[in-house]
Amino acid sequence: MDFLPAALDPVALGRWQFGITTVYHFILVPLTIGLSLLVAIMQSMWMASKKEVWLKATRFFGKLLLINFALGVATGIVQEFQFGMNWSEYSRFVGDIFGAPLAVEALLAFFLESTFLGLWIFGWGRISKKAHLATIWLFTAGVNLSALWILAANSWMQNPVGTVFNPETGRAELDGVGGFFQLLTNPVLGLTFSHVVTSAWLLAGTFVAGISIWWMTRAMREGSEPAQKEAKNVWRPIVIFGLWAVLAGGVGTVVSGHFQGQELAQIQPAKMAAAEAICVDTEGASFTVMTFDECPLDASDTEQPSRFIEVPGLASFLASNSFSAPAEGVADIQARMVEQLNSNDVFTDQYGDASQYDFVPNQQVSFWTFRLMIAFGGFSAILALWALFAMRGGRTPSSKALGTFGIISVPMPFIAASLGWIFTEMGRQPWVVYPNMQAMAAGSDLGNVFMMTPLGISTNVSAGAVLLTMIVFTLLYAALGVVWVWLMRRFVLEGMYRGEDIHGDDAAKDHEDDNAQTLSFGY
Amino acid sequence: MEFLSILWFILIAVLWTVYLVLEGFDFGVGMLLPVVAKNDKERSVLVRTIGPHWDGNEVWLLTAGGATFAAFPAWYATMFSGMYLALFLLLVLLIIRISAIEWRSKVRSVKWRTTWDWMHTVSAYLVPLVLGVAFSNLVQGMNIVAQNRLNVSEVIPPEAVAEYATSGNLVFNMVGGFWSLFTPFTLVGGVAVLLVCLAHGAQFLALKTEGELRQRSVKVGATASIAATLVAAIWVIWGQFAFNANIWAWIPLIIAAVALVLSTVMAQPAFQKEGWAFTFSSIGIAGAVAWIFTAMAPNVMKSSVDPAYSLTIPLASSTTGTLTVMTVVAVVLVPIVLAYTVWSYYVFRKRISVGDVDHGAGLLPDKIRLGANFLSGKP
Repeated sequence: MDFLPAALDPVALGRWQFGITTVYHFILVPLTIGLSLLVAIMQSMWMASKKEVWLKATRFFGKLLLINFALGVATGIVQEFQFGMNWSEYSRFVGDIFGAPLAVEALLAFFLESTFLGLWIFGWGRISKKAHLATIWLFTAGVNLSALWILAANSWMQNPVGTVFNPETGRAELDGVGGFFQLLTNPVLGLTFSHVVTSAWLLAGTFVAGISIWWMTRAMREGSEPAQKEAKNVWRPIVIFGLWAVLAGGVGTVVSGHFQGQELAQIQPAKMAAAEAICVDTEGASFTVMTFDECPLDASDTEQPSRFIEVPGLASFLASNSFSAPAEGVADIQARMVEQLNSNDVFTDQYGDASQYDFVPNQQVSFWTFRLMIAFGGFSAILALWALFAMRGGRTPSSKALGTFGIISVPMPFIAASLGWIFTEMGRQPWVVYPNMQAMAAGSDLGNVFMMTPLGISTNVSAGAVLLTMIVFTLLYAALGVVWVWLMRRFVLEGMYRGEDIHGDDAAKDHEDDNAQTLSFGY
Repeated sequence: MEFLSILWFILIAVLWTVYLVLEGFDFGVGMLLPVVAKNDKERSVLVRTIGPHWDGNEVWLLTAGGATFAAFPAWYATMFSGMYLALFLLLVLLIIRISAIEWRSKVRSVKWRTTWDWMHTVSAYLVPLVLGVAFSNLVQGMNIVAQNRLNVSEVIPPEAVAEYATSGNLVFNMVGGFWSLFTPFTLVGGVAVLLVCLAHGAQFLALKTEGELRQRSVKVGATASIAATLVAAIWVIWGQFAFNANIWAWIPLIIAAVALVLSTVMAQPAFQKEGWAFTFSSIGIAGAVAWIFTAMAPNVMKSSVDPAYSLTIPLASSTTGTLTVMTVVAVVLVPIVLAYTVWSYYVFRKRISVGDVDHGAGLLPDKIRLGANFLSGKP
């Protein structure tokens, strides 16, 4: 029973629990970020153009947004609590700088989004149309501000700034009031925020376009005149709208991702080297498409991973815009980090000799999550190209294959987003707060701010307790996930055609009444 | 002691007060679903009274948590890890409750709504119970010791804590385990908070509903506030004499007691002053939270093992820089938050009756009503 003690390692369990709850939460988050903006634009377009298609689109996707947001809120509370519950030593160490963005997030973003969503849901017909439109925009602003502040906290863990280590308290502490502004001007934050937000547009655009393509082709195939009219006048414009979001999001994701890679090569070279399977420092490093081996951590070990398909110089180009630029390799990074950390008293006092640790993250995880993130993101591009081709010159396609591909594409960017976060977070191991190596080399106090993951765990919470909570959270999340998928699917299948309603008399009512009925998604 | 640390200790008490006043009636409404409402339509009315507000109300909890993390990291760390399973239970209940409120009307089926409403009700009873036990533990003190961060099996002797304070390795941890959180005093505290929320919710419903629903709410509120006042009185007086040496705590205690008694009187059918009953129960909750915090001070986590093991405000506090930033943020943002919160309550100020709720909301569970012709292949 060799696995049992390993399975009951509190650090491993704490990491699994954080991984499960966070990846699950982040399945819901990007859809809310992207779709809130798209629904706000849809409602604005309805207000500006008075075209009914945009009212229908607001209602249809608004309901999906609400179902999704509910579970995002529910799982979000766990996020704030589990730092203190499972990672209390981490919380003690970083609270002085990490807690503030969380508190600001609640004050600035959570209140905004929850209050104005309530007003949006129940306010139809009760407040003026312009005020009602403002509520969805304020909700969207809240959602995006929330992303900004939580990413400010995360970016600080990836690249500490504005902080000093206080040996008397044993804590990372804000470097005066000015440190807080450095937290917000962290170069990692700008890039991460851009990447997260634009990839959320890509994801929500794919969601809107994919579902609408499925409906458009289905309605065309059905053949009756009202159905075809709906396909052409309602679904087709929404498909195009969704594809615009895919385009804007796609360009933003690729550009921000490219600059993120370059930033990463500077601040966390080990993550980049693992993702590119670069074993030793190389000039003009090639991009490896596939490998199933890992680089040795010792440079004198000459055994090399077997690689399939290499593009010479591309890895160097991605990291520094030059095909012949030098790129750091796993073994050399390990040697440099051991040397640098062993000369740092704050490190050796807490952790002892650095040579006992691996400072390179799990190489297979880094390598594959990075590639698969890009591959799954690529689905949206294929969908966009196919749909645009099929719709060229005002055509309204009826292809079943296209419709099916539209639906298949919907989950793909969700998988890509999850893989992106797994890459980001597992790629910073074994650190929970990555050391700012430049600051350490310069001998500044900022360079003493770091924490290895095992030291962050709550020491007074037993492994059994963590195991119990992990199992219950997983089962509860799975059960709610089933309801979430079922509800989303049910509302998608319902469509938006309102010719023959169950209420019978609804169809006869004019549009205004109709709106009041369906935009108050009432309880 | 630093001025800003004391200010934030008070502000966190204020955040908890607003949270309990607002979400307190949400919980009360949840508890009363099977009591005040006689059928599915009436339950929809009750849920609708908190519909636009409950989510915003809950954010005060997140703000209290976030503010504790930022202003007193050691408090946040000691409390959240020390109350591990209790907070886990709280999270599970809140998750179920949020899903129940948001999803109940998404499917047009009485069975679907009834199922979610039961989950809502059960969690609405249990969350205040857990919160009450947790607060009582803060008053009573917990099984906390001082340890060496790098080797937690090394317990620092009480007399050595002071000199250890600047070593960079002093941590305070609760070591008693889950069951140590439950004592007769903390259980009474749990019941007291539950009953106060129940009465508060009934008074809220009396303000927000009409006709029979309103009359039933008044009736429940009259009885519930008597029970709440009695149990709350036992709880605070027990806490005051058994676990509290701070003479100043008598002031909030008396305010809370007088307010709860007045609320009970106003809630009786003979008076039926719903507005006053609700106002006084809100003041009662504020007084009770003020009492809890005064009883704790100058500690944030009281140790029942040895006074030297109590985590104090200065030991738990963040740096002046962080507290300054937080203060500026709070001064700017809290008035704005309060303004739009008040506006949202103003927009939805009307009493709600059965006619105001869209009982046709949601989709039929089995019959796909509008797209049927595309999906079944039949016209």
